[in-house]
Amino acid sequence: MESKLLRAALRVWVALVLAFLFIPIVLIVLYAFNQSNIESWPIPGFSVHWFAVAWNDPQVRAAFLLSVRVGLLATVLALLLGTSVAYALHQFRFFGREAVSFLLVLPLALPGIITGIALNSFFSFTGVQFGTLTIVAGHTTFCIVVVYNNLIARLRRTPGSLAEASMDLGARGWQTLRYVMLPLSATALVSGALLAFALSFDEVIVTVFTAGAQNTLPLWIFGAIRLGQQLPEVNAVVTIVILLTIIPVVLAARIAGAGAVTRSARAI
Amino acid sequence: MITTRTRARIRLRPAIAVGLAALSLAAAGCSSGGSSQTTGTSGTSAAGQTVPTANLPVLQKIGKGEGQLNLIAWEGYLDPKWVKPFEQQTGCQVNGKYAGSSDEMVALMKNGGGGQYDMVSSSGDADLRILYAGDAHPVNINLIPSWKDFFPAFQSPPFNTINGVHYGVSLQWGPNVLMYNTKDFTTAPTSWNVIYDPKYKGQVTVPDNPIQIADAALYLKTTKPSLKITDPYELTQTQFQAAVSLLASQRPLIEKYWDLASQEIFDFKNGNAIVGAGWPYQVSTLKAAHFTIGSVVPSEGATGWADTWMLAAKAPHPNCAYMWMQYISTPKVQAMQAITYGETPDNKLACTYMDQMQPGSCAEYHANAPASYLNSISLWKTPIATCDNGQPDCVPYADWVNAWNTQVK
Amino acid sequence: MTQVAAPARPAESKDWRHSVSAALWRRPWARATLLLTPPLAWFILLYLASLVILLITAFWQINPFTTNIERVWSLSNLKTIFTTPAYLEIIGRTVAMAAAVTVVDALVAFPFAYYMARVASPRTRTALFVAILLPLWASYLAKVYSWLVIFTHDGILDWALGRAGLGQVHLIYTNWAVFTVFCYLWLPFMIMPVYAALERIPTSQIEASQDLGARNLRTTWLILLPLALPGIAAGSIFTFSLTLGDYITPLLVGGTSATFIGNVIYTNIGIANNVPFAAAMALVPIAIMAIYLSAARALGAFEAV
Repeated sequence: MESKLLRAALRVWVALVLAFLFIPIVLIVLYAFNQSNIESWPIPGFSVHWFAVAWNDPQVRAAFLLSVRVGLLATVLALLLGTSVAYALHQFRFFGREAVSFLLVLPLALPGIITGIALNSFFSFTGVQFGTLTIVAGHTTFCIVVVYNNLIARLRRTPGSLAEASMDLGARGWQTLRYVMLPLSATALVSGALLAFALSFDEVIVTVFTAGAQNTLPLWIFGAIRLGQQLPEVNAVVTIVILLTIIPVVLAARIAGAGAVTRSARAI
Repeated sequence: MITTRTRARIRLRPAIAVGLAALSLAAAGCSSGGSSQTTGTSGTSAAGQTVPTANLPVLQKIGKGEGQLNLIAWEGYLDPKWVKPFEQQTGCQVNGKYAGSSDEMVALMKNGGGGQYDMVSSSGDADLRILYAGDAHPVNINLIPSWKDFFPAFQSPPFNTINGVHYGVSLQWGPNVLMYNTKDFTTAPTSWNVIYDPKYKGQVTVPDNPIQIADAALYLKTTKPSLKITDPYELTQTQFQAAVSLLASQRPLIEKYWDLASQEIFDFKNGNAIVGAGWPYQVSTLKAAHFTIGSVVPSEGATGWADTWMLAAKAPHPNCAYMWMQYISTPKVQAMQAITYGETPDNKLACTYMDQMQPGSCAEYHANAPASYLNSISLWKTPIATCDNGQPDCVPYADWVNAWNTQVK
Repeated sequence: MTQVAAPARPAESKDWRHSVSAALWRRPWARATLLLTPPLAWFILLYLASLVILLITAFWQINPFTTNIERVWSLSNLKTIFTTPAYLEIIGRTVAMAAAVTVVDALVAFPFAYYMARVASPRTRTALFVAILLPLWASYLAKVYSWLVIFTHDGILDWALGRAGLGQVHLIYTNWAVFTVFCYLWLPFMIMPVYAALERIPTSQIEASQDLGARNLRTTWLILLPLALPGIAAGSIFTFSLTLGDYITPLLVGGTSATFIGNVIYTNIGIANNVPFAAAMALVPIAIMAIYLSAARALGAFEAV
């Protein structure tokens, strides 16, 4: 369909973009082996001891665990709330529908710093203690949007007749949801959840304003960057995180990717 | 970093006036001119000024540690070298949040109405703001044995002791130094003029902090005596404008105003900057990485800071906090911190330990505190509208912030 | 369609669950309410409420000495913003940067997404999918710091250019550096919606266009781009708003003229303790995004995310 020349040109472009995307990542891994704690080029010497430092650092462990906990909580909440609002907006026409879908874009469309300072003022004003829950509250807000967006896109492509057919066949509402709608939306939910978790895990700006004295991993990294003495440790930690996430990401891409294959094969 | 509406009303103006007067006392009685000399001991607060938390009961006995300690600190103040032994001895895990400026510290303390952090290593210009906002808790200084060995000037200084009530324990103090790459400056510079010299365009760096205006004022004090600047923190409109103009003219020389200590470290190491103003922390870090860095307090003097570990009003872990105050005041730990960071300890006995750890360091960091050194440093304090002579025509800090953001940067 | 014989109806069950389900089916408003209440409660009570409180604060003042918020209604914060040249410059600079990043990211993403959606084999497509998602898991801060090492004086870029005999560039602490890093950071967020939009275009439409005689470029221009536009618009919401409010990248990579809206908000909150002014400044990106969102909606972005 596309000319050979075009395909070749596209391949070159893809390679260049991939290089662009991954050079900084490669540098992160490279500098994790930096002997010196100040980053400069060329690297004066190599050492693996920063990995040991990172592994044994209780602050890193605590920050990592907090990030995972916050991410899981935020993603689960986002799945529940995002799914219900997506179904509601997909199925029903009601007064204020446009307003609600506009509202749902805001957490991602408005800069994070605004969400951050707004929540901070709100929590201070209502006297809520800053802690894990306030962090989760901030993250959940934009995670809901991510899940919602993924799901509504999928739902819009699902013919409404499927649900009706299921009902005609005698299924209750709940059964329809469980045996018909959810499997259809599975890929959207998985990719939405994955993206939501990724965003929460790496979130800095909103977290800066909603955390108390504790650190999530990004906050710990920010502190280490301020200090300027532990940079290779930061890189070691990030390298470990990337390694840890390759497998789930590949798996999820397979699941979401499979859906993509079937969709593109269908000609309307 | 975030503020909230605090319940207590703060009236800082007279309080800071007191702080000014009494800080001049702390400078060994011979302030560098101008500020009115007050007799008497640590500042009496002016009429109507009370610290909202002054009457809170102090801890009588240190109980069992709570297992955690949340500290707000300058970068470099929580080095594992002394934090790890503390954690092992007391079982209090230290969680540190770094702040790069006094304002940030004040904001962090207020964040969420307090109750997050136990202590903050604030400098003189933040202390009174924290105190009068009601964010500090009275401290039972008798529970800190090393306090008796402090230099008298730092035992009950007016920035952390009001009406005999202590709100923290003095920590260390030091200058904002002139840093230079020894490869580019074979002899050490003797004047601040190098950071205003167009010869070094694109290679100068200074802190991104409105208080830097005081550094400019300090320089003008010597180089433009007609302005009659006496205290770099008390500037009339004319003096202020002159300082701001100097900084505005410096702007083309600067590639980056550093916000984080690590930025200055990175810039010197990579050759983005060869001269600039910085903290001793950057110097020590670069020296430890065997970089060709030098530092000096030039002839015009330097601004500086005196830090206190201040106890938060709603500290969640008071026992651990007291244990920390005890620990950080002991001569050996004071010596360790002084050498590692590059500052001057408040504990007289630290000197011997410093020379043990690093011969010559006691004199190098002025731990034997000659008065002449103290006089050459203008310690940070918050500029307010009322000058020391009582005239209301000095420029307040809010204007410093505004000028810094709109005219200098 | 083959005829499907209607299955025999199961006996009517009088299960209470069936009754509830049937009742709900007959009353769509009940189902809607059930589904809508929890998420809306979250949004309205937490998010909207906090936004409203913040925006009200923009019209208050602080006491310059104590930095306590005083509830004195005044437009002076907004007035300061719109009459001080420095702030107007900052706003202009931020919008220009956001626009530039959006355009460049769209241009870079489009061929990539096209390849992913229409040329690549399924295995390659999955691999590319992973390749885009993976950088999102590397810390934002670590990535920005890597760019510092690339751009710095005698850094990696200078070294590479030197090797190629191209001399040195001076990029660190300039707005070019900030621009490059922004483009880098948000690229995956642009690729994904564009890919989703392109992937949805039925092959038949493209074939039809070619059957009608249009060559590749015309097909692209007349068929692909308009159909992909919702995806581009959706991606642009991310790139535009993420750039509009970011303060960390300008802080780390920018120089003396890299003050953006986010920096002003941040320093006013975290340093100057001037929450009302920060809130007033925050009104600017909110207004900008409101305009942008309505434009994006007109382009169909909300169907494509």
